[in-house]
Amino acid sequence: MKDIIVKGGYVYDPLSGVDGERMDIHLSAGKVVEEVPERDAKVIDAKGKTVMPGGVDIHSHIAGSKINLGRLLRPEDHRKDPVPRSKHTRGGVGYSCPSTFVTGYRYAQMGYTSVMEAAMPPIGARHVHEELNDTPIIDKAAFTLFGNNYFTLKYVREGDKEKLKAFMAWLLKVTKGYAVKIVNPGGVENWKWGRNVDGLDGNVEGFDVTPRQVVTMLAEANEELGLPHTIHLHCNNLGIPGNWETTVDTMDAVAGVKPTKGRKNTVHVVHCQFNALDGDSWMTLKSGASKVAKYVNAHPHVTLDMGQVIFTDTTTMTGDGPWQFRLHGLTGNKWVNSDVEMEAGAGVVPYTFKKNNPANAIQWGIGLEIALMVKDPWRVYMTTDHPNGGPFIYYPKVLAWLMSRKARTDTMLESNKAVMKKTSLAGNYREYTFNEVAIVTRAATAKVLGFKDKGHLGVGADADVSVYDVDPSKWRPSQYAEIERAFRLASYTIKGGEVVVKDGEVTSTPLGSTYWVKAETPPELEQELVKELEADFKKYYTVSFRNYPVEDAYLPTQRVVKAQGGVWK
Amino acid sequence: MTVFTDVVCPFCGCLCDDLEVTVEDGHVKGVKNACGISRSKFLNHEKNRLEAPTVDGVEVPLEKAVDAAADILSTSMRPLVYGLSSTECVAIAKAVELAELAGGVVDNTSSVCHGPTILALQQVGESKTTLGEVKNRADLVIFWGSNPSQAHLRHIIRYSGMAKGRFIPNGRKDRYIVAVDIRKTGTTRLADEYVKVEPNRDFELLQALRAAVRGHELLAESVAGVPREKVTELAERMKTAKFGIVFFGLGLTQSEGRHMNIDAAVGLVAELNNHTKFLLTPMRGHYNVGGANTVTTWQTGYPYAVDFSRGYPRYNPGEYTSIDMLARGEADSALVIASDPVSTFPAGVVRNLAKIPVVTLDHKVTPTTMLSKVVIPVATAGVEAEGTAYRMDGVPLRLSKLVEPREGVHSDAEVLEMMIKRMGGRAY
Repeated sequence: MKDIIVKGGYVYDPLSGVDGERMDIHLSAGKVVEEVPERDAKVIDAKGKTVMPGGVDIHSHIAGSKINLGRLLRPEDHRKDPVPRSKHTRGGVGYSCPSTFVTGYRYAQMGYTSVMEAAMPPIGARHVHEELNDTPIIDKAAFTLFGNNYFTLKYVREGDKEKLKAFMAWLLKVTKGYAVKIVNPGGVENWKWGRNVDGLDGNVEGFDVTPRQVVTMLAEANEELGLPHTIHLHCNNLGIPGNWETTVDTMDAVAGVKPTKGRKNTVHVVHCQFNALDGDSWMTLKSGASKVAKYVNAHPHVTLDMGQVIFTDTTTMTGDGPWQFRLHGLTGNKWVNSDVEMEAGAGVVPYTFKKNNPANAIQWGIGLEIALMVKDPWRVYMTTDHPNGGPFIYYPKVLAWLMSRKARTDTMLESNKAVMKKTSLAGNYREYTFNEVAIVTRAATAKVLGFKDKGHLGVGADADVSVYDVDPSKWRPSQYAEIERAFRLASYTIKGGEVVVKDGEVTSTPLGSTYWVKAETPPELEQELVKELEADFKKYYTVSFRNYPVEDAYLPTQRVVKAQGGVWK
Repeated sequence: MTVFTDVVCPFCGCLCDDLEVTVEDGHVKGVKNACGISRSKFLNHEKNRLEAPTVDGVEVPLEKAVDAAADILSTSMRPLVYGLSSTECVAIAKAVELAELAGGVVDNTSSVCHGPTILALQQVGESKTTLGEVKNRADLVIFWGSNPSQAHLRHIIRYSGMAKGRFIPNGRKDRYIVAVDIRKTGTTRLADEYVKVEPNRDFELLQALRAAVRGHELLAESVAGVPREKVTELAERMKTAKFGIVFFGLGLTQSEGRHMNIDAAVGLVAELNNHTKFLLTPMRGHYNVGGANTVTTWQTGYPYAVDFSRGYPRYNPGEYTSIDMLARGEADSALVIASDPVSTFPAGVVRNLAKIPVVTLDHKVTPTTMLSKVVIPVATAGVEAEGTAYRMDGVPLRLSKLVEPREGVHSDAEVLEMMIKRMGGRAY
């Protein structure tokens, strides 16, 4: 592979403290290096352009049974967006449930080089990895579902944190997962009987524990294991007006958890927009963003992502089965439910966010409010919870809204007046800078995920670089359409030192790596754990214990990240 | 002698994964825990094998057969790729890639079994579960137009009948089993209740049940041959179950009404979720028909009947489904993988298949291999080749390689890869 010099662009590398300086980036053998000789290198002219590290998406649904049920459910969605094959690429479909190949291409075309699959049911882990292997270009990782797992609930009930830690380490290893995902803790277990859990202190049936206990113990265990990312939490009561209170209570429940060495944060609250609703019904809905932001601004242990709403027809899909049934009831739209024995569940319902719908307009406002009201961009990240709030192809639109008050106003004027009355967005004058954009789309996400070689362009970083055709020294917020254009199709995307996108076209499709986390467990404890697991597997699972772990054959390009090392009693 | 434990069975959609297979000198000598069909598949996998690659019935080296196959597919206007439900997932992925490369159509056997189930799902959705929840919780199990006692032999033992689970400590005693069918079967005999429905009138019965669940009074004396009292009693039983599930088979998908029957069943189940927990799950036949749908969906967006003639995938069951393609005389060549359409398709359609050059990848002699222009013997997935298969409920499991295939015999995936290379495909 030829060395590359990205020359003369305005570089935004917040982790290295570089804020729009014109400089050259040298790449060799898949890494950023000090310097390569120009005569042997491919020189990319980035003059008048914006240069950033490759994008890192912290929360997206791109692989596995859930998104595939979405694909299966929605031929009408695919018909809107057929993608023909080309010299370098496979054919497929796009829009809200893109085929795996198209997912890889389109992320790369936007300058993204790493994407996290946010919910992996353990028994379906092979499925997730098979799809990730068919998702070209980008690096990937998948978050294993823990919050309603039988063994999690069992060890929380028994108050046995050491066993829980051993179980977490074991399950991450056998599923090849990267982080601990929690979805509506306890609620999905109760959904197995057709019910939900009544908030943070409700009862998880059959276990007599509360979601508060589940979240707290998982957070403590996560930090004691020294996992690279914190717990990744989808709170209880999602999508229910008044739920901002549950969200803040949940954040506060883990305020006392001691973070692992080298960080202050202990919880990542996902797609916060859906969990920052105020009012007591859809009729009285208003924004709870200021209340959530107020808490977050005062408490450094919390990070968030937006879950921004896009006004379009999309496909909602979560591991939150009871919520999806509720949404089916609210909309009358077709509904897929998929319960997963002993561990999880999922639901899929198509949904259209409409500008003229007051609730949707308020939701749109809430997402942006959260991003604008949380002061520290290192703790709030840009997502649409693809495809729940909207397909990821609309990220550039979200950036335009963040960077330009005019962009927001123009959309607000087309939307239901409720967004003016029931949110504070109209009065918010903050506009993100290019540097802040780099933070919320790559630097901070890489950092909070614990990817040491990603999200920056310092020497030794992965040679993942994106070049966007916009001149930040000349750009003004009124030109927000320019942002949408430039960030939709990157001038160049470089992945692992190889040009994969040029002028918005995919030119090469290497297979990226899949990251997973290995945490050490004391051997005696692991043996004891395995004995317990085996006994319960025999009684309650329909697959044998031996057939449960994902084989190496499913990870042709794996990269193992070691946990910092545990605190064991 | 080697004993393999926890072997996954490559026969039906149950994918039982507790088999014990004994191998001696490279031959399968014994199978434990398996059902009769499974045992027979393992013990007889060496019988009736295809001896060598052939073109026009003449033995040729593998390369020549691959060349001939690639020539046929790349020179035809409308190649059809069909089968895929009895092989592993990499082969399925390669078949999709090959269809894309040839600008043809890729279809799998769900177009003649649970295709209507998928159409109904695309219309109204589906509320389903992996089988473990049935084992752990189901106190009401309804088999509708399906007969596991003869088609999915260990289903009732492992998952839905005798199985003991977390909240079903006594297994069969804690469950009430209902069988809805047009005639008595092994399954109706072991059920607690047999509901005899008149042929082709399942839709009416499902709608009547839905009405009864909603609290409407039924005015008809009987529905689809079932007395009114029995309908309301069953509706009440469904509403008051703690956890109910409907397992349905081809009796529902391939009788009159087809996808509308499933639509009605999905509607009934969705309705029941306002009262209790209720789910439904199709009884998939071939062991990896689930995988064929799954892989095709993640690669193209669509589960079967996918056309690549415009360079991007298009989906239209009824147009791009194999039987329709052949009945219209539209396909001008066919690639058959791990399937025997000559035995299962209507006679008129088979006659049309006989008129076009057919390439078949199989491990055994079948009526389809007999009429094929090119035949390439392959390793038996799950016995001689490893890979992934998806259970009827979507759980992916790893098939094992227990014995070596004969020398020079490759897996479906390897042969397809050779054909793709020969056709000028590139590594993506």
